[in-house]
Amino acid sequence: MPIWISNCLILAGCAALLVLLRAFLFTERSRRALNRLRRDRIGIVCFVTIVALLLCGVADCLQVVPRVTLLDYAFRNVPREEGYSAPLAPTTFNERDPKPLNGRHLLGTDLLGKDVFLQTLKGCKTALIIGGLTSLLYIPVGALLGILGGYYRGRVDDFIQYLYSTLASIPGILLLVAVMMTLGKGLDRMAIALSLTAWIGLCRLVRGETFRQAAKPYVEAARALGQSHGKIILHHILPNVMHLVVINAILGFSGLVLTETILSYLGVGAPVGTASWGIMIDSARMELSREPAVWWPITAASGALFALVLSLNLLGDSLRRAFDPKAA
Amino acid sequence: MGATLHETEVRGQVRSQSGDWERGKQNTPSKTMLNYFIRRLIYMVPILLGVMLITFVLFNIVASPREMALQNLGPKASAQAIENWLHNRGYSDEHGKPYPLFLNTERGHNPFDSLYFRSMKRFATFDLGTSFATGEPVVEMIKRGAIPSLCITLPAFVVGLFLSIATALLLVFVRDSLIDRWGAVLCVATMSIPITVYVIFGQWMAANLFNYFPAFGFTMEGFSTARFIALPVAIMIFSGLGVDVRMYRAVFLEEVRADYIRTAQAKGASHARVLLVHMLKNGMISLITLVVAALPFLIMGTLVIESFFGIPGLGNLMTTAIQTKDFGVIQADVYFGSLLYLFGLLLTDICYAAVDPRIRLQ
Repeated sequence: MPIWISNCLILAGCAALLVLLRAFLFTERSRRALNRLRRDRIGIVCFVTIVALLLCGVADCLQVVPRVTLLDYAFRNVPREEGYSAPLAPTTFNERDPKPLNGRHLLGTDLLGKDVFLQTLKGCKTALIIGGLTSLLYIPVGALLGILGGYYRGRVDDFIQYLYSTLASIPGILLLVAVMMTLGKGLDRMAIALSLTAWIGLCRLVRGETFRQAAKPYVEAARALGQSHGKIILHHILPNVMHLVVINAILGFSGLVLTETILSYLGVGAPVGTASWGIMIDSARMELSREPAVWWPITAASGALFALVLSLNLLGDSLRRAFDPKAA
Repeated sequence: MGATLHETEVRGQVRSQSGDWERGKQNTPSKTMLNYFIRRLIYMVPILLGVMLITFVLFNIVASPREMALQNLGPKASAQAIENWLHNRGYSDEHGKPYPLFLNTERGHNPFDSLYFRSMKRFATFDLGTSFATGEPVVEMIKRGAIPSLCITLPAFVVGLFLSIATALLLVFVRDSLIDRWGAVLCVATMSIPITVYVIFGQWMAANLFNYFPAFGFTMEGFSTARFIALPVAIMIFSGLGVDVRMYRAVFLEEVRADYIRTAQAKGASHARVLLVHMLKNGMISLITLVVAALPFLIMGTLVIESFFGIPGLGNLMTTAIQTKDFGVIQADVYFGSLLYLFGLLLTDICYAAVDPRIRLQ
């Protein structure tokens, strides 16, 4: 695929996401919630952090020349070393005759002599792919099944309930491991495996809320005025459960990123060679047992991961408070 | 949290199906309880069938037997070795002919002599099969691993439960204060650190700072066991604390808004008494469902912690199976885990009905 096509596709995907978000945020209720969120200082800081990290991820998807991404291009002046070197050290790490480095590295270099700061930023891309691709797969399924079950009840609901009760009875991490073992390694496969379990929570949540909404007089009124079921779902129910979907997607994103580290640790996660935080943390097992310990890769990776996951969790909570001030 | 949501939904459905015809009868409590128990048991049959189907699809269709043989024996395995492997694992008959997936359409054969019906029969009789790597029955491996796993999970569960309930009560006691706000943020922060970082950091600390606790290994000899499990247990408690405190805090906050709390306060009961006597008792109803559902899982151990600290439990069994591509053990583990989950669901239902008689009478 020529790079301009893939670049255009990525940008178009981002644009589509923004348009969707804007459409959602245009409702009266969301605007009131956003006004409340604007006063929430923690929420704003978290939002900025998330956007910054995800932009790094997008920058690592856009290619300037084939196989050189925008992020690589921005860091083209950072030279490659021969092995470990401590942050800002002038020589390579812990050898009998330390060699001078080709340049300074803010967070040192890893086993292969790659700049840890760049690798950490590249980890954003893996997080973005895992979180984004999985969300893209499970959110439509979970929301749709939830609304259908909650709105139509009866047989449809029984079937949907059966479907997720069955999937939920297999312990999540075991199912993930089993699916990854049978499918094989790879980020796309991991997204499929993760979305297999991720839709259950969303479906339950949306189903419960749809139950509540469908019993309200406005739905009855719409029915009495002769609106079709499809229109009611699209124009009345969906906007009223959409905030739950968005909050769940944000909180779910953090869960997905955390699960990636466990899968990487178990050896069924991202393929070797991917710049992922999970793999960086996993390789620290060996690095910390060296003498003196190589502490910077795990610090950088877990710091970035912590920043992203914490921001996502706190933003999700802030959004929940903003949409439902009475409950929180 | 997930288990409770699920519970209330499932219960609601049972209620709507059987509520009407039962209301008129005057049953003794024990009889209604038995009735309820049997109803819940029957409800689980289709779910169990579904779990069996998923397991079958994963380990017979998504990964075909031949693929698994190649992964086990290596890509250069001879055709004869693969045939033997397939036959020994029950994928082909005595003539080396692979069984069909669903229906045996060949003349002179029982139509149900297929992979699907064979594995259904195994699952239905709770036969967990054998390890693909060593040929040992998985049941034996589980029996061996259960005690070391419980050594870690049971203390961690009990201590963690008391610690998180106490912390949650404290946060609810000072609710809407600065401590409560930052306490909640701290909970989210501890939730945002991956378990692998806890483990790696904990082991590194143990190795460098205090040399008393061994960083790796396990024995079953009285006091030295305690030394081996101290660190994994501490890590398990600490890494799970944030989630639990948040959950219990939400449960308690819900209770605090109830009318009976206001009544108790209006009658002049002290703050502490209202919280520790009135609210805790009622909050326990929700807590029991959360706690009991987790009980059967204690036997499964922990995936990451056990393999990291070299504890020969069930979690370690699973990680070893992943590394050696032992599909037999993984398949058995998935099925065993689902059985435990359904068992936990049943326990929860019974406990819930026992503490709250309204449930079973409906």
